[in-house]
Amino acid sequence: MNLSSSKKTLTLAGLLCGVIAVLLASNGNPANMAICIACFIRDTAGALGMHQAAVVQYARPEIIGIVLGSFIIAVATKEYRSTAGSSPMIRFVLGVIIMIGSLVFLGCPLRMVIRMSAGDLNAYVALVGFILGIVAGIVALKKGFSLGRSYETTKAAGAVLPVLALGLLLVLLFVPSLLKFSESGPGSLRAPIALALVGAIIFGALAQKSRMCFAGGIRDVILMKNFDLLCVVGGLFVVMLIYNIANGSFVLGFDTPGIVAHSDHLWNLLGMFAVGFAATLAGGCPLRQLVLAGQGSSDAAVTVLGMFVGAALCHNLGLASSGTAKNAETGELVLGAASQNGKIAVIICIVALVVIAVAGIKRKKA
Amino acid sequence: MYEVDARGLSCPQPLMMTNDALKTQTGAIKVLVSEPHQKTNVEKFAKDKGKKVTVNEIGSEYEIIIE
Repeated sequence: MNLSSSKKTLTLAGLLCGVIAVLLASNGNPANMAICIACFIRDTAGALGMHQAAVVQYARPEIIGIVLGSFIIAVATKEYRSTAGSSPMIRFVLGVIIMIGSLVFLGCPLRMVIRMSAGDLNAYVALVGFILGIVAGIVALKKGFSLGRSYETTKAAGAVLPVLALGLLLVLLFVPSLLKFSESGPGSLRAPIALALVGAIIFGALAQKSRMCFAGGIRDVILMKNFDLLCVVGGLFVVMLIYNIANGSFVLGFDTPGIVAHSDHLWNLLGMFAVGFAATLAGGCPLRQLVLAGQGSSDAAVTVLGMFVGAALCHNLGLASSGTAKNAETGELVLGAASQNGKIAVIICIVALVVIAVAGIKRKKA
Repeated sequence: MYEVDARGLSCPQPLMMTNDALKTQTGAIKVLVSEPHQKTNVEKFAKDKGKKVTVNEIGSEYEIIIE
């Protein structure tokens, strides 16, 4: 079945992905992370010792599964193509920026949608920033921005990230002592490995076939008046919304404890502005980068590596924001906030994005 | 025939280039892409605009004739 052929099949793919997110959230994953790409890359970076934030360390089978799912379906449907050479170092920097912006907001675009489905108004503020960032990216694209062409390369090169993902899975299953595991906090909340892995493989395969992309969904509406990709995102949102209402976790408001979010509106907005801008320049959101890396793009794989390094920087340099939580002893609400370092980093990221965008604008042929 | 070479370019550049060509050219256009998902995107985009689309697979790449 060609999932990308009609709005109906695209919406179906989104609905199925939503069901997988619900299954993961209801079986142990942090509820409003479910299958957040930024959060889980951050956890995986922690498991590998790239940062020392003890509460967010776990080699998430979800990240491994999405890459493997995309790889398997791409090979099976002859869409695997080993390519490289489209400005890899710029893509690396874009990956770092995507992660810094995400961790100042506290979530990737996928988690933003999941938080929206739980009634978190901060996510709606972030959505405004995300859309503005995409608009900034579109302005650059319309002026002729391009990271240049990728070219076909040796077949094995495109399989490196999927093989690394498989290697990490084997280590997780058979020599877990090599990795770090959170004993408390979000990193300690885990769905069973088998469920997370199988769910993510199906999620990755569906995302590959449907071309699911959170930045692309909004970009295509603005640029082409095309709602195809937005249908996939809509499907996922609807399923998560129904789930949240059904189990009573839909709470409309700011400062909802337990969501891992903060109400620094300006920084939620600017964090996701950076993510939207960077994702549009890179040709896709964090999920799409994982999927493209799975189907053989070394350029997307470099973006993923940038996201790992960005996650490490966020926790090593105190860039990540803190989430609003209830003090366990006093029951008092402790408000989360963006950190001073995080604010400085977001500004640097936005300046860097403007430089990248301007430098990448090629004059159109007369 | 007017040719759009979008091989190896990231989303959404192949679509933007195809759109530009359809706006400025009167006759048939040929779009070259390398990724299967770009082929599907361009093919669908042109069909949505009511065009006749023929896709030829050339090696590991695609040639899309839009008329």
